Amino acid sequence: MKARLEGRAVVAGSAVGRVVVARKPLSLWGGLDPATGRIADPHHDRFGEGVAGRIFAFPTGKGSSTASAVLLECVRLGTAPAAIINSSLDPIIALGAIVAGELYGKAPPVVVVSEEAFASLADGDQVAISPDGTVEITRGEGG
Amino acid sequence: MGLRLSREEQAMLEGERGEAVRLAMSVVARMAEVCGAEELMPIEQAHIDACTVFTPSALEFVERLVALGGKVAVPTTLNASPLDATNWHRLGVGEDYAASASRFMDAYLALGCIPTWTCAPYQGYLAPRFGQQVAWGESNAVVYANSVLGARTNRYGDFMDICAALTGRVPRWGLHLDRNRRATVVVEVSGQVVGDPAFYPLLGHALGLRVGDAVPAIVGLPGTATTDDLKALGAAAASSGAVAMFHAVGITPEAPSLEAALGGNTPSRTITIGPEEIDAARRDLNTLGEGEPLDAVVLGCPHLSFEEFRRLAQAIEAHDHDSAHTRVPFFVFTSRQSHALVAASGLADVLEGFGVQVVLDTCPFQCRVVPAGVSAVMTNSGKCGYYAPAELGVKVALGGIGECVKSAIEGKVARER
Repeated sequence: MKARLEGRAVVAGSAVGRVVVARKPLSLWGGLDPATGRIADPHHDRFGEGVAGRIFAFPTGKGSSTASAVLLECVRLGTAPAAIINSSLDPIIALGAIVAGELYGKAPPVVVVSEEAFASLADGDQVAISPDGTVEITRGEGG
Repeated sequence: MGLRLSREEQAMLEGERGEAVRLAMSVVARMAEVCGAEELMPIEQAHIDACTVFTPSALEFVERLVALGGKVAVPTTLNASPLDATNWHRLGVGEDYAASASRFMDAYLALGCIPTWTCAPYQGYLAPRFGQQVAWGESNAVVYANSVLGARTNRYGDFMDICAALTGRVPRWGLHLDRNRRATVVVEVSGQVVGDPAFYPLLGHALGLRVGDAVPAIVGLPGTATTDDLKALGAAAASSGAVAMFHAVGITPEAPSLEAALGGNTPSRTITIGPEEIDAARRDLNTLGEGEPLDAVVLGCPHLSFEEFRRLAQAIEAHDHDSAHTRVPFFVFTSRQSHALVAASGLADVLEGFGVQVVLDTCPFQCRVVPAGVSAVMTNSGKCGYYAPAELGVKVALGGIGECVKSAIEGKVARER
């Protein structure tokens, strides 16, 4: 099965990978461990999951305004997601990616899709993100 | 519709005001595009959160700004630091960490920031006035500035705060504008819940879970709610949710009435928070049960105010004087400013006699003064209760200041009810 979602490229870029889908908003500070790239918030539905190098889909950020610093440190350590998909814009997440671009010349793309489109994402889908914000999903067929 | 910059802003972006301002303006302008803002606007003050979390990348960023000759363009206060620069040695902090953290702090001073080092800047130097446009970081400070002071800021993330301070500009967007400050959700507080010593952090926790990033108008809070109560409420709501502003009808300045708080909006929904919801919040935040042994108490998240110190001293004095001593490490995080008042007031003897260890400038999650091996912590803070399980690897009990004192004396979680 293939599907195509039209998203908004908040931080433009390309990425390909398996998607980790979370249903609850996440505070990256206290919620994502830069040392391991794992979800560290025990209140969160994907607690313990590793998102380094994967496409991480979660509805939006919340909580501490330190999320940008956590994402920047993940980029430095190579534990950042390959890309981020949200259903509601959190400027602080975009900020982390933008500052990473300024400091390290690389930024994980951030795409915002509609809630309906977000709900259609399933854990483990193969996803390709384009600089224009398009998200192509490939599912099943032994994948 | 793209972003329109003034001539001065364009000059900043092109490097005519120096390389640090160019870098900062490029972040501000990119963020304006992210938010869909069509222009920038001036701010009169900033509060920097990026100075709190020490990471190698955060150090690289601020040292780059210093190396490029950056200076803040507006009065700029600093959030809690990653180190108690006065007491770190006594508190058992490692020398390598202290050296790195000091270097990080020095970089912010080199940019011209004011060394307030507090996460409760609204209870210290340079609290903004009603209606003032500011750029604040630190989620609890943001919600307090917007809600209780009526100053205007978005929830600025780390690095955007210092970029705003260097340029004196932010995107014209969000809570800087009248229309976005009006309530969209009504929250009715009902039942006999206000007598609970942890009521305000529990209400904040319940509120954040339910309203996300919407602006709620809370109806039913008593007019006796203190600034410390509202601080506890906002800090918890900005942890469990992304609340950047609330109205408390009859209490906060933009909500003399529900109609005023709504400003013509039809609320998208009305939520009730009563005893059941408060109980659920209590179960959510208390991972330690009554009677379970405690390893430490942590107060001051956000930093303890002088009034909270007074309540702490009163709670201690309510117990028998000679025997009232904590059986577990009892840490209180505060600012140098509040502590100076405590030191001058005579309260210090009571606190010291009880065994309180005052930690200055810093944050329990950044400067590791809570000893390794501690697995059970009691706190009066919904924010600390929310983050401590992940950040400190501990179980938590939430209680009022009096319950924290009683529990410390007994060495186990004790309740007053």
